[in-house]
Amino acid sequence: MATATANGASGPKLNHIGLPVLEYRGGKSTLCAGCGHNAISERIIDAMFEMGVEPERVMKMSGIGCSSKSPAYFMSRSHSFNSVHGRMPSVSTGAILANHQMTMLGVSGDGDTASIGIGQFVHLLRRNLPMIYIIEDNGVYGLTKGQFSATADIGSKLKTGVINDLPAIDTCALAIQLGATFVGRSFSGDKKQLLSMLKAAIAHKGTVMLDVISPCVTFNDHEGSTKSYKFMQENDEPINEIGFVASFDEIEVDYDSGQVYDVQMHDGSSLRLRKLLEDYDPTNKANAVRTLMEAHNNDEILTGVFYINTEQPTFIDLLNLVDEPLGTLPESLTRPPKSALESLMANLQ
Amino acid sequence: MATGDLALGQEQGTSNAQQRVINDFSINVATVNGSGSQSANSVLLKSIFGMGVPVSGKNLFPSNIAGLPTWYTIRASKEGYVARKRDPEFLVALNPETAREDILALPAGAVAIYEEHLNLKQYREDVVCYPVPFDKITAAICPEAKLRKLVKNMVYVGVVAQLLSIDLAVVEKSVRKQFARKQKVFDLNFGAVKAGFNYAAEKLTKQDPFVIERMDQTAGKIIIDGNAAAGMGAVFAGVTVVAWYPITPSTSVVEATTDLLKKFRVTPEGKATFAVVQAEDELAAIGMVLGAGWAGARSMTATSGPGISLMAEFAGLGYFAELPGVIFDVQRTGPSTGMPTRTSQADLLSTAFLSHGDTKHVVLLPGSVKECFEFGYAAFDLAERLQTPVFVLSDLDLGMNNWMSEQFVYPETPLDRGKVLTAEDLNRLGSFARYRDVDGDAIGWRTLPGTRHPKAAYFTRGSGHNDAAGYTEKPDEYQGVMDRLARKFENARKLVPGPVVVKNGTSKIGLLAYGSTDFALRESLDQIKKDFDLDVDYLRIRAYPFTHEIHDFVAAHERVYVVEQNRDAQLASLLKLDLPAEQVVKLRSILHYNGLPIDARTITEEFATKEGL
Repeated sequence: MATATANGASGPKLNHIGLPVLEYRGGKSTLCAGCGHNAISERIIDAMFEMGVEPERVMKMSGIGCSSKSPAYFMSRSHSFNSVHGRMPSVSTGAILANHQMTMLGVSGDGDTASIGIGQFVHLLRRNLPMIYIIEDNGVYGLTKGQFSATADIGSKLKTGVINDLPAIDTCALAIQLGATFVGRSFSGDKKQLLSMLKAAIAHKGTVMLDVISPCVTFNDHEGSTKSYKFMQENDEPINEIGFVASFDEIEVDYDSGQVYDVQMHDGSSLRLRKLLEDYDPTNKANAVRTLMEAHNNDEILTGVFYINTEQPTFIDLLNLVDEPLGTLPESLTRPPKSALESLMANLQ
Repeated sequence: MATGDLALGQEQGTSNAQQRVINDFSINVATVNGSGSQSANSVLLKSIFGMGVPVSGKNLFPSNIAGLPTWYTIRASKEGYVARKRDPEFLVALNPETAREDILALPAGAVAIYEEHLNLKQYREDVVCYPVPFDKITAAICPEAKLRKLVKNMVYVGVVAQLLSIDLAVVEKSVRKQFARKQKVFDLNFGAVKAGFNYAAEKLTKQDPFVIERMDQTAGKIIIDGNAAAGMGAVFAGVTVVAWYPITPSTSVVEATTDLLKKFRVTPEGKATFAVVQAEDELAAIGMVLGAGWAGARSMTATSGPGISLMAEFAGLGYFAELPGVIFDVQRTGPSTGMPTRTSQADLLSTAFLSHGDTKHVVLLPGSVKECFEFGYAAFDLAERLQTPVFVLSDLDLGMNNWMSEQFVYPETPLDRGKVLTAEDLNRLGSFARYRDVDGDAIGWRTLPGTRHPKAAYFTRGSGHNDAAGYTEKPDEYQGVMDRLARKFENARKLVPGPVVVKNGTSKIGLLAYGSTDFALRESLDQIKKDFDLDVDYLRIRAYPFTHEIHDFVAAHERVYVVEQNRDAQLASLLKLDLPAEQVVKLRSILHYNGLPIDARTITEEFATKEGL
């Protein structure tokens, strides 16, 4: 837990920048009661609060769909951009280029990412754009009343009895192969794992891709769905247990060192993965992909942090940008002087 | 112009001089794409420019990397006409594949220079022929066989320079500028020019009337293409985020922008004050532009027709969520892929209303390279002032061809960053509503992400919203926003560049045009005066929405011809939506849409037919 100081005997708990959790809340959710997405919003609020992120320094991005509505339901003090279907990555890219000092968190869905948006998604990953990209993954289109998405598992069944006969796109495997530098999968109902993962994501510099299985209580939470609460509770196989210690926390070692993989994050925090699978090394790309592929063969749904790379330069690093946000640079730095135009004119005569 | 009979019927001597055609003809150089003729063409163009003679160059090229026919026409015009001339009189036939067709297309009395063994004389008795052994001359001065294809082009420059009496010292200067700082390359190329020049001096007898004579009409002028000018405009607008996807004919806008950004916008510490991103497609490019505009950057993209189509959904988001951004559209022919390397003005309607729903956009219409520069920076001010995407519609002719121009003038006014509230403003105000019209100009105040104030944030969305940026499905709230957007568009009429009244006398007939059509239309006005002793008025439109002067111009004339380069009379259609019913009936159209730049003669003939002259 992050440091939290009591604000007098009766006041609410404050985080290390002096804000109560209330300041991280958003509008009232209009999603269905029991929707996994609401639980994810709650964990985002907790993680941002516990990490002491200044809400004004966060940009919330989304595409279109149930998931993409959710930024309205957390962190009202952060600017938010609900863009067009499948195009959150490009809008996010432009926004972070304009102000790369911001923390950017995007929420997308499985349709928004793996179908209409897959083109922009893969190029976002490839650029290692510094942002947290969350897929609230229920395998189904909710707003149009329950069609399969491209992450629906083969053989899974809709309420109407329709069976999906196409293979699922594994967004985590894709993200690892294409260049994301922090890739994990969790389950909206797993508070502890998801919270730790989100806190580590905030500390990471680069593309964080989190696929969060989030059952759709209306269209996809029934016998035959592989993204239902029941199915997930029975088939979730964590590959590691996650402990995250923020840089401002007192560092305590509570794992047996022989089973722990310790990752130093960019801000000095550390992410500790207690291995449940033997030989699991989250910095080994090939191993990560192989582990995911093998899980498919065994009909298992793995959760945990599959891959981390804290060395890879981000897109901002590659562009060699000045430290100040490009969007608010003064005219003296952006409009070349009169002499510049005069020399160009002289050359063209 | 001299007729073929005159040119051919004369013996050499003094009588020829009386019939000379000075500084008023077009040279057509027929080559093969990828043969490296660009440098030679550019040297010849700049040599004529160096002689003080107004000149323009047009590249008619295929959508191909190498191997297909290419034509480059250079027009010298003492009157300063720079539009395409329908029938060039001076042919340099370097492409064996098209040589026969090229010489057959010449008017009587024209000139043809060609590789000796092609023996083109057999096709035309009424054309002055200069066979030249290009391969032999080239081989003698260029031992390296693989360079000969390139060097051969410079030999033609020498031959033409000699035949047209272009000063060799002027050519030398142009070659030196072309190959700045590369002495070896200069030596080889200028050696080729001299070889051609000397060959022509020794072996060819001047039999044609065409001559370049020194003038003083180009002093202080520049030569530049519209795309380079637009890129320059963007850089002097202080652009910070450029996202694009390569597409002919817009690619060189971003290339020019990038070159200048690297030159002028790197800090002493070696850091960039700009980001250029080659996006995965045009959808992503416009998405990045709008994301960057939302977060406070001056952002732009450049594209052409197919890219504009792909940007449609985002354009609507930009309009509805009120996001600044600049989109350069260098128009080429459509529909669909069309002819990617041919020019057109057929994106006007689709751009003005790009996207579904009630969407309309501010569109700037530059009519010269100078305006490509000026609108290139003005577009950013307008986009941020109006908080909306602004389109700049150029075309392939204006964008990719070389034009002579007055020098560009440094922007007089500081950047207009529009209505942005800071944390200090919010301390004073307490709070704000993003889309509320507090100033009566239908433009709300915005905050930028990162503004350190608890009330700074708002929710940007393409879904129905009220003036506080909250989600809404309430009829009155939605309609309120739509009505304000309509008022904002009305107000834009006062902010966009007004038209240029080229001529407004007492004529009952008016002409309207925009963009690159201007060059041919100005020439046509003179032709109409000369051929029919008729004065007609002319107003050039420079932006949509239309300013009131355009309404006044139509009202002041009995008949108004709208001249444009598309099949469906798109500018006329847009005017019809804007004008009162009694004015609409005055409009008629002169249209040109074969992919070639419009020429004066076509306009004059069509006008004469329609007027019954």
